[in-house]
Amino acid sequence: MTILRLIFQTAVLALGQLWANKVRAVLTMLGIMIGVGAVIATVGATEGLKSYILKEFDSFGPRKVWMDGTVPRSQRGRVSSTQYDLRISELLYIKDNAQTIDAITPMQFLSGTVRAGDEVRTGVSVTGMWPDWHEIEKRQAVQGRPLIWTDVNEVRNVCLVNDKAIAELRLDSDPSGDFILLNDRRFLIVGVIETKAVAQGFPGGGEARTELYIPYTTAIAMQPRDTANFALAQLKEAGGADEAKAELSSILRRLRRLGGEDENNFQVETVQSVIDQVSRVATGITVAAGGLVAISLLVGGIGIMNIMLVSVSERTREIGLRKAVGARPSVILLQFLVEAVVLCLVGGMIGLLAGAGLLLAVAAIPSSPLADAGVPLWAVGVSLGFSALTGIVFGMFPAIKAARLDPIVALRHE
Amino acid sequence: MAPVIDIKGITKVYRVGVEEVRALRGIDLTIARNEFVAIMGASGSGKSTLMNILGCLDQPTDGSYVLNGSRADRLSAGALAEVRNKEIGFVFQTFELLARSTAIENVALPLVYSRLAWWGSRKRAREVLTMVGLGDRMKHRPNQLSGGQRQRVAIARALVNRPSLLLADEPTGNLDSTTSEEIIALFKRLHEQGQTIVIVTHEEDIAGHAQRIVRLRDGKIISDNPTLADPIHRDYLDRVARASVAAAGTAIAAREGGSAREGGGVSDGVGGGVGGGGVRA
Repeated sequence: MTILRLIFQTAVLALGQLWANKVRAVLTMLGIMIGVGAVIATVGATEGLKSYILKEFDSFGPRKVWMDGTVPRSQRGRVSSTQYDLRISELLYIKDNAQTIDAITPMQFLSGTVRAGDEVRTGVSVTGMWPDWHEIEKRQAVQGRPLIWTDVNEVRNVCLVNDKAIAELRLDSDPSGDFILLNDRRFLIVGVIETKAVAQGFPGGGEARTELYIPYTTAIAMQPRDTANFALAQLKEAGGADEAKAELSSILRRLRRLGGEDENNFQVETVQSVIDQVSRVATGITVAAGGLVAISLLVGGIGIMNIMLVSVSERTREIGLRKAVGARPSVILLQFLVEAVVLCLVGGMIGLLAGAGLLLAVAAIPSSPLADAGVPLWAVGVSLGFSALTGIVFGMFPAIKAARLDPIVALRHE
Repeated sequence: MAPVIDIKGITKVYRVGVEEVRALRGIDLTIARNEFVAIMGASGSGKSTLMNILGCLDQPTDGSYVLNGSRADRLSAGALAEVRNKEIGFVFQTFELLARSTAIENVALPLVYSRLAWWGSRKRAREVLTMVGLGDRMKHRPNQLSGGQRQRVAIARALVNRPSLLLADEPTGNLDSTTSEEIIALFKRLHEQGQTIVIVTHEEDIAGHAQRIVRLRDGKIISDNPTLADPIHRDYLDRVARASVAAAGTAIAAREGGSAREGGGVSDGVGGGVGGGGVRA
């Protein structure tokens, strides 16, 4: 109880002293302020960027797997870029045999001219796919019906439109059963799906426009080729990214008769593995920032030690008096330690506010990827904790010096 | 009742380089409760060393010290601090107030290091400040107070823990004569209320207010008498009396004979010279 009161009184006294010597205090705390401020800004920005990226990937679907044929490095330039595109036979085999995924679809993109009554739109994005696409993309028909296997197997001229198309092509509010022309072929609209905002930079991303979805086989028929631009699949379990990658790779290697030495001529990526990579990079940056703060706290701590030594020597008589009226050496030690800690904590808090302010300023820039960057609570705790620790470590030597002063000598000090 | 101070065979040896300085060479001293004692001696006589030991700021090299019935020699620094806090109230020549703290905060300082609750300590500090006549100056800082008021604050601080010994080191050394008399009057009042007081001084007129004078020279007690039985003090009193008679005579002569201007000059010269000599004797 007495100790707590003493700590409190000392802290109040120390704050008063800081206020009385503002310029000196600020200069003393500069190292700690800059260190904490820089770390808070860096950590906040990294965390903000990470959560932004992860959210984008999340909108893309955390269970998504994508597969694509690629030209191995050793053969680059010597074979056509479509040489190793995924074959439908390969996808059918995976669909029937892979254990780690529960849905798969090839993706075939083409661009078409769409005519509906008097409205004409060119360059409309048309996607050929299998019915599993609905499951993988989580986009069900909001009107009419989804695509079904019969559409694919019978190469039907049916299509789904997105709700954006209803407006752009001036279709009925429920256009199921209407016909539109796609590259001069009559297509029956069987359903409507929601437009999903996909972030720029991802397939199908950017500003939402008219989209048509048709059976994969129909798309192939319109643009003769039996390979897919790429394929999408869905993990059975969200955590099974590594297993799925291994299984799909081994199936494709077997199907493509690759020997032990051969490079993959395809790639299998999961959103999860990208997320893991982003997290690893973010953690790396955070750790590096931690190293920086350690250095700046060291420098700041030396400043604190310096000013505390000055303070001890300036207040030698006061220390003598306090001892004369009954302050034990341990109490004097505590008093100077509390002062150093208060100094460091105030510096840390100013740095915290400066860092957070910087972060807010960056976040306020329109369409900044740091729009929802914030300072994580753990960073606040860690930086203040380390500030206090700096105070204790670097305040210890001056405090011991004060505690050991002989009261008689101290009272005689000029 | 046990004496407040009971010292037997105390010596203090300092080592300065290779040389040994024997500041105290065997002191025996007993001071009973409610005594008012002046310790006198020229500089180098060992009176400061004795005061430091009495005040538990320092430890004797040899000998025993019993303060208010408990041993006060060979204690750790922490234990000494506790003894100073509970048993001793210091009054310094230079007051030693904390410049940034108010009068009441200064007075409450020793309570910070004792076990009194905050509210109780405020109450006690206010009580003591009122007792020394500064009830209306509690929130003043030292630089807003006169020298005499500062010393009163310091005395209040010394008394706040109800010490068994009030130890004053040249308490009037930085004050003018009028203020000195006020402070001495305060000491006398405290003494009448039962306080044990030890004043270390080299001024005979200050020492004259004590009941007993202990004189030191070369680390030893050379005399220990009731004030009025002390030969040096009696000699001092005689000289003061003669000087005042002479001054009075000169003043009368001046009024009767010479011009006002001359008379004033002579009177000032004689009074100042005798007064100064008396104090330094």
